[in-house]
Amino acid sequence: MIELQHFLILSSLLFLIGVFGIFLNRKNIIIILMSIELILLAVNINFVSFSFFLGDLTGQIFSLFILTVAASEAAIGLAILVCFFRNKGSIAVDDANVMKG
Amino acid sequence: MKTIDILILAPEILLIIYSIIAILIASFLKSNKSNKLIFQATVIIFLISALILYFTPFEIQTNVSGIFVRDTFSKFFQILILLSVSCLLFMSKQYLQKNNLFKPEYPILIIFSTLGMMIMISSNNFLLLYLGLEIQSLSLYVVSSFRRDNYKSTEAGLKYFILGSLSSGLMLFGISLIYGSTGSINFEIISSMINFEGFFPGIVAGLVFLICGFAFKASAVPFHMWTPDVYEGSPTPVTAFFATVPKLAAVGVLLRVLFDCFGQIVESWQQVIIIISVLSMFLGSVAAIGQNNIKRLMAYSSIGHIGFVLMGVASGTDKGVSAVLIYMVLYIIMNIGVFVFILNMERNGVAVTTINSLNMYNNVSKSQTLFLTVLLFSLAGIPPLAGFFGKFFIFNAAINAGLSWLAVMGGIASVIAAFYYLRIVYLMYFGLSTDPLSGKMPIAHWIILSGSALLMLIGIINLYGLEKPSFLAATSLIN
Repeated sequence: MIELQHFLILSSLLFLIGVFGIFLNRKNIIIILMSIELILLAVNINFVSFSFFLGDLTGQIFSLFILTVAASEAAIGLAILVCFFRNKGSIAVDDANVMKG
Repeated sequence: MKTIDILILAPEILLIIYSIIAILIASFLKSNKSNKLIFQATVIIFLISALILYFTPFEIQTNVSGIFVRDTFSKFFQILILLSVSCLLFMSKQYLQKNNLFKPEYPILIIFSTLGMMIMISSNNFLLLYLGLEIQSLSLYVVSSFRRDNYKSTEAGLKYFILGSLSSGLMLFGISLIYGSTGSINFEIISSMINFEGFFPGIVAGLVFLICGFAFKASAVPFHMWTPDVYEGSPTPVTAFFATVPKLAAVGVLLRVLFDCFGQIVESWQQVIIIISVLSMFLGSVAAIGQNNIKRLMAYSSIGHIGFVLMGVASGTDKGVSAVLIYMVLYIIMNIGVFVFILNMERNGVAVTTINSLNMYNNVSKSQTLFLTVLLFSLAGIPPLAGFFGKFFIFNAAINAGLSWLAVMGGIASVIAAFYYLRIVYLMYFGLSTDPLSGKMPIAHWIILSGSALLMLIGIINLYGLEKPSFLAATSLIN
């Protein structure tokens, strides 16, 4: 029987993979975008499973909104990435270092 | 949706309708004249909706199916946001024209982000809060990479985008945990659940994630990495915008969530806020010392100021909240003054942002140097000026809440921070004379600069009568 904690473990694992993907990845900015999507999907799994086990629809509606926002976020992220590529000629993470923070 | 709902939502609806009209005009009439028209109309629309908000008779109405709240608190923040946005937009016109950035997208994106902030502050529901936050941040990502042929600007946009969406991911994870443990996303229901059943570990974990997300947006310390880079890389009008308005919205929404939703369990979030506050104050003051770029310096300065604001939040009382409101008003006025100066820093028509270029600025323009000196003294919190009273109220609230040691830390941090503000003053009066800046400034900018400096002096007398409205706003939040 699959219970709530299984879903929570899955979603926390996905979330952690996403967060580590952003910080450990040194190669490609596209991978960072993928990690961001992974984080949002982990949240969606959380919402849908909570919604199912609580018997309350709000969580599923919330996850629909998250999906829409994630799509527009990806669009904007890719647009900015294309502009960056035009100026820099590369999308390696290490090349985004003109300003040292 | 009833008529009364439409009346309550009038300012937001006005902004939405106007933004759609502006998009249509911008895409069909691509002339310089229509750009100017949109720019001026946007400034006026912001002022009109601030007026509507000021005179609206609806107060403490949770309406539109209980997801939207318009109380004194949200009105205070929204009016402040609208006024500062219109002032900033008005300021940025010359810079945009000079740098070939005068496009209709700029005011339109600013409208959308303002709309997001207004929605965010008067939300009574995590879904509305999230949507408002995303409307705000998605337009800000684009605005920060607005100079798209410049790699600094696109890099700033990219960094802001990555860290911003990570922060909204963290916040969403927190919201999902809170939803899972309470079964609702409505602030009032969550608050009463906590009241009746005590709080579960799930709520505390969710709250920590939520605070992390807001700390990102407000650029408080463990999550401040994007701030200096984004401030440096974005075009200066955008930096001026980032330094003021989104900060206001982030602080507003942090207060809204912490007090509306978790007002009964102050102890459980107080520790986190205190840690973030101390770290931000010290990092903001220490890291700014080595900076050569005035935009980076202002970034660290804003991190430090957010630390002071969070000290007021950590006190968890109505006095603390009203001190935060007063501090934010003063902070906005000072930053607008400083940035109107930075917008006009140029040599032979090229914008310059190094601090060393301010050497002996006193020889170039006596009046501007004097006003900037007043503003920097006020930012440092040196006693006779209004900036000191902002800090004073915050420290007072912290001491009343039994956090005297935090107030002492704040005092130490503000002394360290005074060093780098005073260094600029020193350079302007006693530096070595090098290649001077042109020192030209349009008359409207001069008026804004002198006005904000004068406000810092007038504030000594009665703080513009801010104490009463801010206290009313704070009590409306805490009940």
